[in-house]
Amino acid sequence: MRKSLSKAEILLTLPSFGWLFTFFFVPTAIVFALGFKSTTSQGGIGEQWTLETMGKLFNIHYLVLIARTVYLSAVTTIICIALALPVGYYLARAPVRLRNLLLMLIIVPFWSSFLIRIFAWKSLLHPEGFIKQWLAYFHIINDETTLLYNSGAVVLVMVYTYLPFGILPIYAAASKFNFHLLEAAMDLGATRMQAFIKIFIPLLKQAILTAAILVFVPAIGAYVIPDLVGGTQSEMIGNKIAQKTLLDRNLPLASALSTLLGVTIALPALAILYFQKKSKSYILEKKGIE
Amino acid sequence: MKVGKIPFCVTLLVIAFLYIPIVILIINSFNESQFSGNFTAFSLKWYKKLISEKAMWEALTNSLIIGFFATLISVVLGTLAALAIYNYKSNLQKIHLSFIYTPLIVPDILMGIGLLLFFILLNIKLGLFTVFLAHTTFCVSYVTMVILAKLQNFDYSLIEAARDLGASHFQVFRKILVPLLSPAIAAGALLSFTLSIDDFVITFFVAGKGAVTLPIYIYSLVKFGSTPIINALSFIMLTLTFIVIFTSERLLNKKT
Repeated sequence: MRKSLSKAEILLTLPSFGWLFTFFFVPTAIVFALGFKSTTSQGGIGEQWTLETMGKLFNIHYLVLIARTVYLSAVTTIICIALALPVGYYLARAPVRLRNLLLMLIIVPFWSSFLIRIFAWKSLLHPEGFIKQWLAYFHIINDETTLLYNSGAVVLVMVYTYLPFGILPIYAAASKFNFHLLEAAMDLGATRMQAFIKIFIPLLKQAILTAAILVFVPAIGAYVIPDLVGGTQSEMIGNKIAQKTLLDRNLPLASALSTLLGVTIALPALAILYFQKKSKSYILEKKGIE
Repeated sequence: MKVGKIPFCVTLLVIAFLYIPIVILIINSFNESQFSGNFTAFSLKWYKKLISEKAMWEALTNSLIIGFFATLISVVLGTLAALAIYNYKSNLQKIHLSFIYTPLIVPDILMGIGLLLFFILLNIKLGLFTVFLAHTTFCVSYVTMVILAKLQNFDYSLIEAARDLGASHFQVFRKILVPLLSPAIAAGALLSFTLSIDDFVITFFVAGKGAVTLPIYIYSLVKFGSTPIINALSFIMLTLTFIVIFTSERLLNKKT
């Protein structure tokens, strides 16, 4: 049944709805539309609609860029999840006061300025910086090795920045987990590691997927991190978008790249949504049979 | 059952990983030498230098102005949005809610380029005003989420009881909703102020040449002349952040 909207509802809804429609929905639609406009010789926005701008993305240069972006984001996501699982497990089992303290400690850096955190790593990895000096002192690396301006530095700083996004959903699910299941497995002869891998991880699948999306999405759109600690060999889509927009002023091409970025994010998210729906309906069917 | 040593060790390592860069940064803000590798002598010279930096004060003023107005408008919009979504379960509210949370998922850079194109097409001059519009846009979503979370935990029968006892809509709003929601509203305001003060990516796209905010100022220092005055600035900002988090935790966890 359709209820007609009351005056009060419209009054309450209109301000935020109108604001977000104007300053979020319309701009996003413009980005997708401009990707199908031609570029004038001065790099301005052309008159006609065309697939040419989108077509420019299908050359080896951009394909490498996309592959690298996805690869660096995937590595970041895997490292974050690998760290978040034991941390989430430990937090769920720790005594309440210690747990609250640790949670606070994990959240605080995440609230502090994003640029300052990147700067902290930049000065640590700097040739005259702390880490470089120590590693060289112990002869782990030689004097010529540069720790900055490469893909390793980009992944390191991305892990540093996005780790809380990985830990929090896994902790939230782990705190509701029935740990007797692990005890039961160990009574039946499983080692602690086996119980962790065969029971804890599969039962937390949902939370792990959420954590993976929360890390992967900002990583794939990263721009400042590769810009400040990466080099030319670790450029990501975000850097290209900024370069095409702010330096080259080729707005249609920047829009086409942004559309591509949007699609790269939407695809895994939709796939997971679809997968979740499927497994949900599967569970419902099973229940129906019983 | 014992918890096992590996998870404990990983947790300790993660905490160390999170804090070592920050601690070294703070130590270095008091370091006489320019480089973090060796601590030569304790000194406040970077703080003195920071205070005499005119561009920093200008950027700080811009950030505070934008933060203030973006917070003000986004708190009003966010509170109304949360009340609408909580009160009405219509299809309109489903779309409304998706409008609220999509900006939270979309990467900053997409939002930045979208707003830039929007302003260019409408011939709106880039500057403090466009930065304010952009900041308000992403702050609305966060404020709404904080207030909505509070509303969902709250006992609706209170409102029904008040209505049964003859309170008008306005009285319910004034005497029940406002006092119950004010901690969440304050926490939402603190959150949006912090987000506005900290935003770099979106600001970088919509600021144009004139409007230098604090993060844009820090970025140019980091990118071009990485002088240790950033260490000093970082320590001041970290301290302020701690105070803000502490206050907002207090506000949200206070028993009502």
